[in-house]
Amino acid sequence: MTRRGIVLLALLGVVLLAAPLFADRYVVSVLTTVLWFAYVGQAWNVMMGFSGLLSLGHALYVGLGAYASAALFVHFGIGPWLGLWVAMLAATLAGCFIGFLGFRFGVRGVHFALLTIAFAEVARIGFDHLQWFGGSGGFFIPVAGDAGNDLLNLRGSPTLFYYVILALVAGALALSRRLLHSRLGYQWLAVREEPEAAEAVGVDLFRARITAVAVSSALTALGGVFQAFYFNNLFPEQVFSMGRSIEIILPAIVGGIGTLIGPILGAFILTPLGELLTFLIEVSGLDLPGLKQLFYGVALVVIVVYRPDGVWPWLARRLGLVRQPGEDA
Amino acid sequence: MVPLLDVQNLSKRFRGLKAVSNVGFAVPEGKIVALIGPNGAGKTTTFNLIAGVFPPDEGRVRLKGETITGLKPNRVCAAGIGRTFQIVKPFGQLSVEENVIVGALARESSVEAARRQARTVLERLGLADQAARPARSLTLPDRKRLEVARALATRPTLLLLDEVLAGLRPTEVDRMVEVLRDLNRREGLTILMIEHVMRAVMALSDQVVVLDHGEKIADGSPAEVVADPRVVESYLGAEDL
Repeated sequence: MTRRGIVLLALLGVVLLAAPLFADRYVVSVLTTVLWFAYVGQAWNVMMGFSGLLSLGHALYVGLGAYASAALFVHFGIGPWLGLWVAMLAATLAGCFIGFLGFRFGVRGVHFALLTIAFAEVARIGFDHLQWFGGSGGFFIPVAGDAGNDLLNLRGSPTLFYYVILALVAGALALSRRLLHSRLGYQWLAVREEPEAAEAVGVDLFRARITAVAVSSALTALGGVFQAFYFNNLFPEQVFSMGRSIEIILPAIVGGIGTLIGPILGAFILTPLGELLTFLIEVSGLDLPGLKQLFYGVALVVIVVYRPDGVWPWLARRLGLVRQPGEDA
Repeated sequence: MVPLLDVQNLSKRFRGLKAVSNVGFAVPEGKIVALIGPNGAGKTTTFNLIAGVFPPDEGRVRLKGETITGLKPNRVCAAGIGRTFQIVKPFGQLSVEENVIVGALARESSVEAARRQARTVLERLGLADQAARPARSLTLPDRKRLEVARALATRPTLLLLDEVLAGLRPTEVDRMVEVLRDLNRREGLTILMIEHVMRAVMALSDQVVVLDHGEKIADGSPAEVVADPRVVESYLGAEDL
């Protein structure tokens, strides 16, 4: 990044840190949604963006993380900071199992994507029938009321949740950056670009891919834990839905797959636009079902046609936020 | 003395079609051996069998006396064999330097050490001034050199080159020949190369192995091989020398 890029990013960080001081509840709640999608978009990006593994079933990991932590809290009184480890473990095991099936038996590309959808669907239908998790009627975490902020049990005001998700986004950004500049990160990129050539220079394809799945699913599960305690209710039809999986990947596609900032930028573009659309639908009284999905579809088409690499690489170039190849440091 | 690479009775069939049939040869340490033959003779298949892309139906490959038959390509690389691809496979979106860093990471655990090594290799191949460019933007000759650079960065004891001279202009051929000769003489790197450019084969190789229809038809010094009537008939006669 250039100095200008770093300054701009720092400025954004400061604005986001200070936002609850001047923004009203509604804005904070929208920002929380933005950051949530930025976070899970980053998690998905580890698989697709860094390693070239297309997952269209990331709702599975969100759902497993959400249900695991919520069930531990409700049934055993185990708080989310302990529960998240179980949540991450559950999601990682599921991810590694899917990865194992895919990579061992040569299921690649879109076929691998179908496999990820299949597992998310199995979970959706399965959790509908698991009464311990509330079944199709939903699973609820008791709302604490106005007992004040309790960070330890993730009970409290929207501001508390806002700062938690902000920290998660910052953490995921730092982790992604670190991974990308590590040995593993270089190997992921090589596997993404040319698996055969990567293998010829000593990269263990199976290991590289399975670690990408593990990291991505574990991170995504944390997004699920957050969701469970933020909304206090979980319905398999929503949590594991195909639509949710697509919502997760859109910010990264719009912002720029494989880039560090792309998923964050994408979330900042898509979520407010979605909110605006909801608002317009409300004031106009034009309640057409599926209008939001239609909007997401149109947004995707526009991006794929005009900025196939995503908005971030283009914006960064235009504003001089990143060094161009060939430029000296 | 045990040869560096010892290939014995290698056979491979694809859906009944014999691609490689009972091929055996040895590559002595410190030598340059050329593998030649007409299109479809089984040269690249032989390379892929050595590099572990697929296992042979029969036969054995030994490196420094150790059997490496059936190992996956990444294990073969770890054992000390670096390879290039006939149809170049750069990591297109990565920079030239990053491409070579990935190669160097085969032996280095630290990215910084790998970067230093990559720079040395790029210098060597004359790609240093292109280091920051995305690999996909390189010209074909530079992509071929990048293939060699990336393979070299894995610090192989044996380098497999699959037609790195094809498609290059004569001056570029000379330049690459110079680089390869230098690597061989100065660093003792052993090279097994598939090559069609006979001028380079004659200039570089200590030994030539000729394949035709998946079988070995000749094996000897360049002078011996070009004088062999079977070679002339099946290959050299048909090609423009």
